[in-house]
Amino acid sequence: MSDHHNTDDSGPAARVKALEALLTEKGLLDPAAIDAIVDTYETRVGPRNGARVVAKAWTDPAYRKRLLADATSAVAELGFAGPQGGHLVAIENTDRIHNLVVCTLCSCYPWPVLGLPPVWYKSFAYRSRAVSDPRGVLEDFGLELPSNVEIRVWDSSAEIRYLVIPQRPKGTSKMSEDELAAIVTRDSMVGVAKVEAPRA
Amino acid sequence: MNGVHDMGGMDGFGKVVREEHEPVFHAEWEGRAFALASLTWRLAQANGDMFRHAIERIPPTRYLASSYFERWLAGAETLVIERGIATREELIAKQGAAIDPYPIADAVPARGPSPVKEKKASSPRFAKGDRVRARNINPAGHTRLPRYARGKVGVVVRDWGVFVFPDTNAHHAGTKPQHCYSVSFDARELWGKPASSRERLYIDLWEDYLEPIASKSKPRNTKGKKAHRTNRY
Repeated sequence: MSDHHNTDDSGPAARVKALEALLTEKGLLDPAAIDAIVDTYETRVGPRNGARVVAKAWTDPAYRKRLLADATSAVAELGFAGPQGGHLVAIENTDRIHNLVVCTLCSCYPWPVLGLPPVWYKSFAYRSRAVSDPRGVLEDFGLELPSNVEIRVWDSSAEIRYLVIPQRPKGTSKMSEDELAAIVTRDSMVGVAKVEAPRA
Repeated sequence: MNGVHDMGGMDGFGKVVREEHEPVFHAEWEGRAFALASLTWRLAQANGDMFRHAIERIPPTRYLASSYFERWLAGAETLVIERGIATREELIAKQGAAIDPYPIADAVPARGPSPVKEKKASSPRFAKGDRVRARNINPAGHTRLPRYARGKVGVVVRDWGVFVFPDTNAHHAGTKPQHCYSVSFDARELWGKPASSRERLYIDLWEDYLEPIASKSKPRNTKGKKAHRTNRY
């Protein structure tokens, strides 16, 4: 219903072409600028950035401390910054607290560390229920938390963008920072999944 | 505005469905719509609040029937027209008869607040630990106070500093810089007794959205910080 994807040339694709042509004819738009933005979000900015942040926080206690105190600066240390990342805040999952991030009013998301949001994050089901039925939403993702775990839902209603620091899984003490970064998933950094240790 | 975009707590949208190995863009036009919208913000000298408000004004039935990037496209088209970059007629002529221009929001923006006199942010009215009530306001224009929080009591957990005020900024009515706070609400306060006592909501709320519960809060002597501009990208 809502997040169908039109690939034909009759609907939004034609409207995009019309707007692009109109602005180009007026001399207001360089089509190369469009290509550059598309390329940035398809290849350079994405959840691998956030995974690097999390892996460093897991292995470097001083960095973890800086990240929790001022995520915008700590993330910039690794070279990640940009739109929708001016005011980053890191929130840490523990045995007792599980954090979940949503934007009920639109789909605000920490682009510099996670890239553009996936369809499920932008879906009406997630935007509506994450605040009123977070446990049910987590079950949709196959995540069942013990009843004594407190769930904290962060509704990104202002300019603050949240990055969840998931718990480091047991059995990963010998893994390097690079190896750890490889197992950190996008979903775990939004709070709808846990990070799993690789199977031995 | 009390639009369909304000979805927190609504029922009926079903389960959240996750797509395996999802691409960033599902079609070429999605990437181009995203980039076009980003560039249109700059051309239109708009800000994020104006763009969000353009999307909120998509008629509700159309909003619900559109994908995310279709809504971005409609937002870009609206900014182009409302900011005088091109006329609605020019855009429709370019689109051709086959295209339904319906998603372009009404060229008359929803009535916003009256322009405010620009002044520096004052010292914060609230501090960590203060109990506050989210005001029961229903502005015709843009707001970032979700409906599900209005009238509810929470606790200030952090002062994020000074930010421009979306309710005026979206309407060219001034930036009205003020403190924005992380306010924590018990799920039972928001959803009633059946909700879990092990769930809390954290919502970022501007000072104008809040009123003190007791009159204990006094203005504190903190230096007013420079307002952060909302992201222009």
